[in-house]
This record gives sequence, C-alpha cells and structure tokens, in this order.
Amino acid sequence: MTEFTEKNANTMKKKTPLYEEHLADGGKLVDFAGWEMPINYGSQIEEHNSVRQDAGMFDVSHMTVVDLTGERTREFMRYLLANNVDRLKDSGKALYSCMLNEDGGVIDDLIVYFLRDDFFRMVVNAGTHDKDMDWLNKQAAAFDVTVTERPELAMIAVQGPKARAKALPLLSDTVRTAATELKPFFGVFDGDWFIARTGYTGEDGFEIVLPAADAATFWQQLRAAGVRPTGLGARDTLRLEAGMNLYGSDMDESISPLEAALGWTVAWEPAERDFIGRAALEKQRAQGTKQKLVGLLLEGKGVLRNHQKVVTEGAGEGEITSGSFSPTLQRAIAFARVPKATGDTCQVDVRGKLLPARVVKPPFVRNGEAQIEL
Amino acid sequence: MSNVPVELKYAKTHEYARVNDDGSVTVGISDSAQDQLGDMVFIELPEVGQTLAAAEACAVVESVKAASDVYAPVGGEVVEVNEALVDSPETVNQDTYGEGWLFRLQPADVAEMASLMDAEAYEEFLASEVH
Repeated sequence: MTEFTEKNANTMKKKTPLYEEHLADGGKLVDFAGWEMPINYGSQIEEHNSVRQDAGMFDVSHMTVVDLTGERTREFMRYLLANNVDRLKDSGKALYSCMLNEDGGVIDDLIVYFLRDDFFRMVVNAGTHDKDMDWLNKQAAAFDVTVTERPELAMIAVQGPKARAKALPLLSDTVRTAATELKPFFGVFDGDWFIARTGYTGEDGFEIVLPAADAATFWQQLRAAGVRPTGLGARDTLRLEAGMNLYGSDMDESISPLEAALGWTVAWEPAERDFIGRAALEKQRAQGTKQKLVGLLLEGKGVLRNHQKVVTEGAGEGEITSGSFSPTLQRAIAFARVPKATGDTCQVDVRGKLLPARVVKPPFVRNGEAQIEL
Repeated sequence: MSNVPVELKYAKTHEYARVNDDGSVTVGISDSAQDQLGDMVFIELPEVGQTLAAAEACAVVESVKAASDVYAPVGGEVVEVNEALVDSPETVNQDTYGEGWLFRLQPADVAEMASLMDAEAYEEFLASEVH
C-alpha cells in the first residue's frame, strides 16, 4: 500500500448548508475546489447503483448559481455562449452550453435557464467560480446586464428512476402540479425555490435550487422518503457512464468544444450570430481538428484512470481524460482524447502493461440500461 | 475508528501480517487501508512460487477511487494466493482480516517480522497520519 495522502490542510474550507447533514449521514469529506464535500457515505458503488435503480440525492450547493438581468440579457447570452439561447422559446427551458474564450477554448460548461427576455439563470461549476465571475462581469458591462451571484441558495440534485415520485410529495402544494408536469430540461419557480428536471447522471430527476435555510430540512425529508445520500464519487461514475463531460478533466481553456465531443453544443446557425470564440472555432472547423474525444471500454480486467496513455495502431498516441470502473457495466470505461484517425480499437498503458480497449460512442448507460455491447 | 487486531503485525505501507501455526505468514491490507481506498473493483495477486524481498511491490488493489501497490511485509516465497478475490474483490472491504486476505508466504528470515509494528504502534502511526 502506498501511503495515504488525504489532504487535511488547516486552510479554511467552505461548507455548504448541508455540511451537518453529511456528518450525520457518515459522509467521508474531502476537499473539492475549496469546499468540504462528501466523496461517499460508505460505499460509492452502492450509492451509484441506488441512483441507477431507485433514487439518490447529491448536495451540489458548491456550484455557482448566477442570475443575469437587464433589458439586453437575451442579446448578451446570444453573444456569451457557443450554444444559441434563441433555441429557448418557452419560459423555464434549459440549455447546455460552453462559454468560450476568444481562442475557442472552454472557460466553463454550464446550464442556462431562460426565464424572461430580461432574466436568465446560469449554473456554473464550483472549480471555475472566480474566473467565471470575472469573465461574466467583464463581458456583461457592454450590455448593461447585471450579474448577480446567489450564494444564499443551496442546490440538491435528486436523481434516479424513482427520484421524481419520491420528491414531488415534498414540494409545496402551489408548485406540485407544475413540477409533476415539468418536461425534461425545464424548470419552474416556486417563490425562492426553483425546480428543474435536469441532472448529471443519465437518469430522470430534479435539480432543486432552494434557500440555504430550507436545505437541511428538505434533505432530511428526502432521506425519510427513501432517497439515498450520494457522494461526489458516485456523481463522477454516473456522469461518466452517461457520457457527460467533466470540466477540467475532459476540456479546459486549451481545448475547443470540437475536440471535446461537444460540437453538438455549438450553434453555427444562424451564421450571422457572433459569439465569443466563433472566429477561432470556424477556423478550426475549416482546417479540421487533429484530435477527438472518444469513449473507451477496456476489454479485460483492470481499471482505466485519468492520464493513462492511449496507443493506437498507426495513428499515434492519446490520453485518457476521465477513466473509472463502471459499476453498471462491471468494466473499466473512459473518455480519451486520441488522434483523429484512431480506429475501432486501441491499447491503454495500465500501470506499465498495454491492455486492449475498444473505441465506443458514449453514452455507456442511460436510464439504467447499458447502451453499448460488452 | 478502524479495526486493528492485536494479534497481527503491520507495515507502514498498511499491510498486515499474521503468523500462522506452520510458520507461514498471511498478508492482507489493514481495515484502515480498505476504508481509505473504498470499494474494491480489481485485485492483482502475486504468483505462487514467486520469491519476494521485504518491501517489494507484489500485488495491486484497485478501488473505484485509486490503484494501490501492496508490498511484501517480509521477504519469502509465495505459497498460496487468495484466488477468490479475483471474482469477488469486495471481500477485502467486507472482511479484510478474514476472507479478504491476499496471499500467504513462507518467510525467508523470521527475524524480519521484528521490523513490523504491533497493533499499538500501528494505531499510533494511523493517528499520526491524520492531521
């Protein structure tokens, strides 16, 4: 056994409004982007399986909720994001997008909700908080858009095939009907609460933004309703199985969406829409990208890990950007950035041994079902 | 608190060693180690007949979280490996001191056991690792 390197520095780590609940639930707390967050509450695999088969809940209060307001907000969002908010016609509708720099590199990926033409809400990553806020404030000034961070709000994701059924009875009477009828990728306000049918697991469920003061009680009610506390460990294996990228691992400012399997999130039409990074992306599209992000399935035993080297037949080398053991498939899976000419198979350097892997198209799992043949 | 049986010896790299009646030594990872690593998903064992030096990397335990080398607490020849773990790695999480043992070796020099920690020393060592 190599010696443990559990980081426990005495620097002040931030705590979410659910910190005491994590302690009460036996959560193993680790540092995540400066936040003290539960990696698991005992068994990551059992938590993962609960979300695939039943219902689990995640404290995602460390993520940043930002409200954008002002008359020219829609116009600003159209310019800020690589995806086109004009796809959002109905109030409450959500859109996944990258926020790019001028070079076409990804500053962050996010979910944006259209509420009114003068009011959009974004949820961005915790690890990118400072640079996101700097960028937003810098870009918003020219549009007279007000950028308001909402640190007084908590956020709980309730995910799994039974998540909605278990969460709905706990919502207020005023919103229950609307929340029951909520279509996928829509959100609805209930006073200070915002209930959205979105997630990061490949399962049905809600992401619920609520006042920090209400968070602990709601968490306890969910737990009493049979929703299992689930840590960041399972959140990572669930999103990987679901074929969803993780910022900082699968893309960053040196990588464009075209090299991160996120080309589908770039709205090229209408051609006259200018957005930050468009010129750089168009150039890259015309010249062609040299690498691509693919899914890998390890053929035999072993575990794929971030940064392992990928060796291809004649196309050159690549690297795993996110790798883990898939509890649903009982095999190692990964995303890897590989040369464009990579074929259907490759080898991965797993602790000094070259092991055969198959190149596959994510998702690996959706709604509890395997999406690739083993 | 993690379970640290008094009858075992421990290495700083978190293996335990149990001296059997026949003089062989059964090796596994401590309860603290399995708890830190989390759910085991893959275990690579040494070969029977392989000769190991003390502190030689000879097995791998992989959890969802990380891969970790296992080092021989004392030198000797591997006389048996726990094949059942290949299909049921989770046994290490469930019963590391019992069914979750990794391999058994015949020590070349029993005196090497003296370099390992007893339970009390290992508990102090664990406490010193948590700051």
